[in-house]
Amino acid sequence: MVNVETQGLRKSFGDTEVLKGIDLRVPEGSFAVLVGPSGCGKSTLLRLLAGLEQATEGTILFGGEDVTAYAPKDRDVAMVFQSYALYPHMTVRDNLAFGLKLRKTAADIIDARVTEAAAVLGLEPLLERFPRALSGGQRQRVAMGRAIVRRSKLFLFDEPLSNLDPALRTQVRVDIRKQHDRLGATSIYVTHDQVEAMTLADLLFVLSEGEVQQVGSPLEVYEDPANRFVAGFVGSPAMNFIDGCRVSADGAAVLVAERRLPLPPSEGREPSKLAGREVCVGVRPHDMSIVEASAHAIPFTPSILETLGPEVHAHGTFGAHEGVVAVSADLPLARGVMVHVRPTRLYLFDQATGATLR
Amino acid sequence: MTARAIANNVLSHALLLVAVAFALYPVLWVVALAFSGDSVPTARAIPVPTAPTMDHLREVVSTTRPTPDGGTAWLFGRQLANSLLVSIATALVGVGVAIPVAYALARFEFVGKSGGMATLLATQMFPAVASAVPLFIMLEAMGLLNTRTGLILCYASTSVPFAIFQLRGAFETIPVDLEEAAMVDGASRFEAFVRVVLPVAKPAIAVTFLFAFMTAYNEFILAATLLSDESMFTLPVVLQRFIGEYDAQWEAFAAGALVVSVPVMALFYLLQKHMVAGLGAGGVKG
Repeated sequence: MVNVETQGLRKSFGDTEVLKGIDLRVPEGSFAVLVGPSGCGKSTLLRLLAGLEQATEGTILFGGEDVTAYAPKDRDVAMVFQSYALYPHMTVRDNLAFGLKLRKTAADIIDARVTEAAAVLGLEPLLERFPRALSGGQRQRVAMGRAIVRRSKLFLFDEPLSNLDPALRTQVRVDIRKQHDRLGATSIYVTHDQVEAMTLADLLFVLSEGEVQQVGSPLEVYEDPANRFVAGFVGSPAMNFIDGCRVSADGAAVLVAERRLPLPPSEGREPSKLAGREVCVGVRPHDMSIVEASAHAIPFTPSILETLGPEVHAHGTFGAHEGVVAVSADLPLARGVMVHVRPTRLYLFDQATGATLR
Repeated sequence: MTARAIANNVLSHALLLVAVAFALYPVLWVVALAFSGDSVPTARAIPVPTAPTMDHLREVVSTTRPTPDGGTAWLFGRQLANSLLVSIATALVGVGVAIPVAYALARFEFVGKSGGMATLLATQMFPAVASAVPLFIMLEAMGLLNTRTGLILCYASTSVPFAIFQLRGAFETIPVDLEEAAMVDGASRFEAFVRVVLPVAKPAIAVTFLFAFMTAYNEFILAATLLSDESMFTLPVVLQRFIGEYDAQWEAFAAGALVVSVPVMALFYLLQKHMVAGLGAGGVKG
């Protein structure tokens, strides 16, 4: 178990700066998830932590020890690759034992650890097989096992579920969290899937364009996004954004699709700052409800309905803006309805910078 | 099986038989000649030995040469040894030099990489014969004419670039993830190379070795140019000697050809299990 810290970590490939000064703080024993769209630099960051890439600038600390210049083998980390990267010429047993053999671990200890990991992951019947004779899910478990036997202080996961089919993904996700809780080692997990990120993380790092946009627990990030990017990235279906709305002169309401939506009387918010300003309004699809005509509701015209069982995602338009409303499946959606937004669930973003206006 | 399936089966086997006969017909003639007692090959449709005999075979393998102390030594044995030694050394040098070069070309970016590749490619564009005269002059200057070392050097100059091309392609197909996983597991870059990359590339290395071996084993023109002493000859040169300007010992030639083929067939047999395709499959999701 170690805490992981990076200070001003930068990485460039040629002229392209992929990481623009990352300050990471992962407390020991926690499960941190780096989430962001493809190309945001999350995998590069993980590879820097593993030592597979060299930082252009900045420092990496494991438990206070500067490991920036260490080779991967000297960092004592275990990593699960997206491709699993099982050694094709070795049996499952040898795959599991390889890391321990390299570290000259005694044979009886290797045996014990391999047996234990195989039991935990249900790999016993597969130990003498070669990777080519395994299914995708089994390969994934071997990759997990290879990390587990090492008893490393830090586990790195590089999108380990993206090659599994959706049903298996949910199950393995739970397994990964179980193993983390059992072993207690610090884990850093990279994914582009925000559902995975939300469900696994103790601590979420939302990355975009080589920068950390926000750090917090999944719920903090969901409830209180730092900016428009985070608000749009976290949560499914994604938050609706309505550009070009104006806050009323008294700062008590915002005009959306020519309707006045009252803003919550918040202590933190200074009405004078927002009054009369053009903003982007954000509303989560789950924070809207269908109502009878009301002064504080906005008209919504559904066009496509996605039925998910208990709920329906209605895609349509709020006046001139496209958006999604998530409603209970038993509610009839007429051609045109009015939707109400709870004032406390309205988000306002700076039209230019995208920063959340509080 | 339906009548249609049976008909298809018969037809495909008939076609295969024709193809096999087409490929094997010349070989069968060589076999027939090698064991024929007649002195002149007769044109017949079906190649079977006439007056079967082992004499030609015996004659080919039992040549001797005088030794300085007045005795005789087994000449054919020495020539066979020459051939094997030169070919194995050529393949070893070719594969041995090519493995690190090919790996570097497959994995690293460095100054001169594309220029180096282009130069290697250029060496492959000229037939070896084109360099026979310069090679002769160089070997003469180095005192390596009429030696096995000289011949190995010449052969290596073509086997190395060939092997580099073969192995670079093979290394490029091995996912980098495998090496990275090994390095995270505790291997140095070199250990990852030795314990992961080399075993995974084994089939490609075996094939490259075999091709380099066969090229050297079958080569005639350079060997005939650079070797003048009978005891230094490699087998292709020996074989050629049976076809003289005024008479051709076809039976001896055929018997020699059979003997010469044995080591290559043996090597194929030994290496075939290493050449199984798909050894690398399954390591990464694909």
